[in-house]
Amino acid sequence: MADTEKPPLRPEGLQPRKKGLTRRQKQRLSRGVQYAVFVAAVAAFAVAADWGRLRNQFAQADIAERMFPDVITLALKNTVLYTVTGFTVGLVLGMVIALMRLSSVGPYRWLAGIYIEIFRGLPALLIFIFIGVAVPLAFPGTEIVGGTYGQVALALGLVAAAYMAETIRAGIQAVPRGQMEAARSLGFSPARAMVSVIIPQAFRIILPPLTNELVLLFKDSSLVLFLGVTLEERELSKFGRDLASQTANSTPILVAGLCYLLITIPLGLVVRRMEAKAQEAVK
Amino acid sequence: MSRPEIRVSGLHKSFGDNHVLRGVDLEIGRGEVVCVIGPSGSGKSTLLRCVNLLEEPTRGRVFVGGVELTDPDVDIDAVRRRIGMVFQQFNLFPHLTVAENLTLPQRRVLKRGKAEAAKVAAENLERVGLAEKADAYPSSLSGGQQQRVAIARALAMDPEVMLFDEPTSALDPELVGDVLAVMRMLADEGMTMMVVTHEMGFAREVADRVVFMDGGVIVEDGSPEQVIGAPRHERTRHFLSRLLDPAAAEVGEKTSDRVGTSG
Repeated sequence: MADTEKPPLRPEGLQPRKKGLTRRQKQRLSRGVQYAVFVAAVAAFAVAADWGRLRNQFAQADIAERMFPDVITLALKNTVLYTVTGFTVGLVLGMVIALMRLSSVGPYRWLAGIYIEIFRGLPALLIFIFIGVAVPLAFPGTEIVGGTYGQVALALGLVAAAYMAETIRAGIQAVPRGQMEAARSLGFSPARAMVSVIIPQAFRIILPPLTNELVLLFKDSSLVLFLGVTLEERELSKFGRDLASQTANSTPILVAGLCYLLITIPLGLVVRRMEAKAQEAVK
Repeated sequence: MSRPEIRVSGLHKSFGDNHVLRGVDLEIGRGEVVCVIGPSGSGKSTLLRCVNLLEEPTRGRVFVGGVELTDPDVDIDAVRRRIGMVFQQFNLFPHLTVAENLTLPQRRVLKRGKAEAAKVAAENLERVGLAEKADAYPSSLSGGQQQRVAIARALAMDPEVMLFDEPTSALDPELVGDVLAVMRMLADEGMTMMVVTHEMGFAREVADRVVFMDGGVIVEDGSPEQVIGAPRHERTRHFLSRLLDPAAAEVGEKTSDRVGTSG
C-alpha cells in the first residue's frame, strides 16, 4: 500500500492499519539481506580458501600441458565416438520400439511398454555392468561385435532407446491427424505415409529433446570406466582419472571436465535456439 | 445417366452410440457436380468421408467407378488414387515446399519419374494460378492459396472423382472466391465432383444437383433451382432461411443441430 493518503477500502474496524514496516520497506529489506548474504559468502570463501593449494591441485600448467594432444585426439575422440554410436543404436532401436508402441497388434504394444519401463527404471551403470560382465559370463563364446566399442554402443543404445522411444512416440502423435488422412486419400499405404509424411514431421517436433538426449549420452559415456578398457579405448573420464592418480594431482580432472563442457554447452545452446524457434513456429 | 461414377447404397455410420448416417442412398453420374448441404451434425461430411473410406461405414455399400470400396478385399490404396480429396483444413505437408507437396505423392504412389512428376506439378500449379509459389512453403501462403495448392496436389494424381469437404469454411471471406473459381473451372472441365459446402451461391450456379441432408438422411435431392429456390420440405426451408438470415434465430428455439457431432 504505497499511497497512505487514500482512505482504507474497508472500515477501520475490519482492516486495522498494520504496525511496523510498510510492504515496500519490507521488500527493500529482504532484497538487502539477500545481497548481503551473497557478498558475505563470497568473501568468506575467498578468505578461507587456500588459493595456493587449490592452484597446485587443480591448475598446474605443466600437467595440463602434458595431457595435450592426447586428451583431444584420444580421449575426447573416444567419448564422441562412444556417444555417437550409442545414439545411433538408440535412435534405430527407439524408432522400432516407438512404432511397436503405436502398433495395432497388442503383444507388440505390451512388449514395447515393458522394454521402456525396464530400461528407464534401471541405472545406466547397471546396464553397463550387465553388458560388460553378465552377458559374457552367461553366454560364453558370444562376442559383441566391435569389442569395447560395440559393448558401449549397445549399453548406451539400450538405455537411450527407452527414452527416445517415448520421445519419438510423442512426436508421431503430435503430428495432426489430417496429415495421415491427406496422405491416405492420395493413395499412400499406411506404412508409406508414416515414412514419407508423418515421421519427417515428427522429427522436426522432437529435434530439441533428441539433442538433449545426445547431451545426456555424452555424459553417460563416462560409464565405460566400469568396462575395463585398453589405453587406446579410454575416454575423457577414464583418461582424466588415470592421469590424476599418476600425477597425484587433480588438474587432469579439471581439464577433462572442461572438455565435456566444450561439447555440452554449445549443444545446450543449440537446443535452446531450436526450442525458441519451435515456439515461434507455433505462434 | 449411364453407369454412375459414385454409388452409395443403404449407408449407415455410427460413432459409438451416435448414429450419424441412417441409411443414405446416392448416385452421382460421370461429370456431375453435386453439392451436399445441410446443418452441422447432419452427417454430410461423414458421408463424404465414407465415399473414399476415410470413415469405415457401419453398414451399406460404396462404389466408385464400378469398384466396391466396402469390399474387404479391395486394394483401397489403388482405389483412392482415383479419388481426389480436398479438406477443410487443407492438410498440406508443412515440411515440403509447394512443388514437393505435388511431386511426392506422384513419385511415391504413382511411381512417376522425377521429370514427369515435376512437369505434372508445374502444370497443375499453373491451373490453380500459383505457378510462382512452387518453391514456397505452405506456411508462407494465405489460406486461399493453400487450399488451391491442395486442389492442385489432388489433381496431380489424375483423379476421376474429386471430393470437397467444406473447402472454403476455414477461409477468410475475401479468399473464398479464388478457391471457388478453381472449383468452377474443374466443373466446367467435366470433373465428377461431390462438394460439401455452405456456399449457396456456388451450389446454385455450378451444381447440377443439390442434396439436402438432415439427421443422417437425405431429405431432398434435386436441381439447385428446386432445392434452393423452391424447397419442398419444411426442414430445407428452415435451414435455408437460417442461412440467409442468421439473425432471425430466437433464443432457445429448437434447431435441427444435434449436440456432440460436427460436420
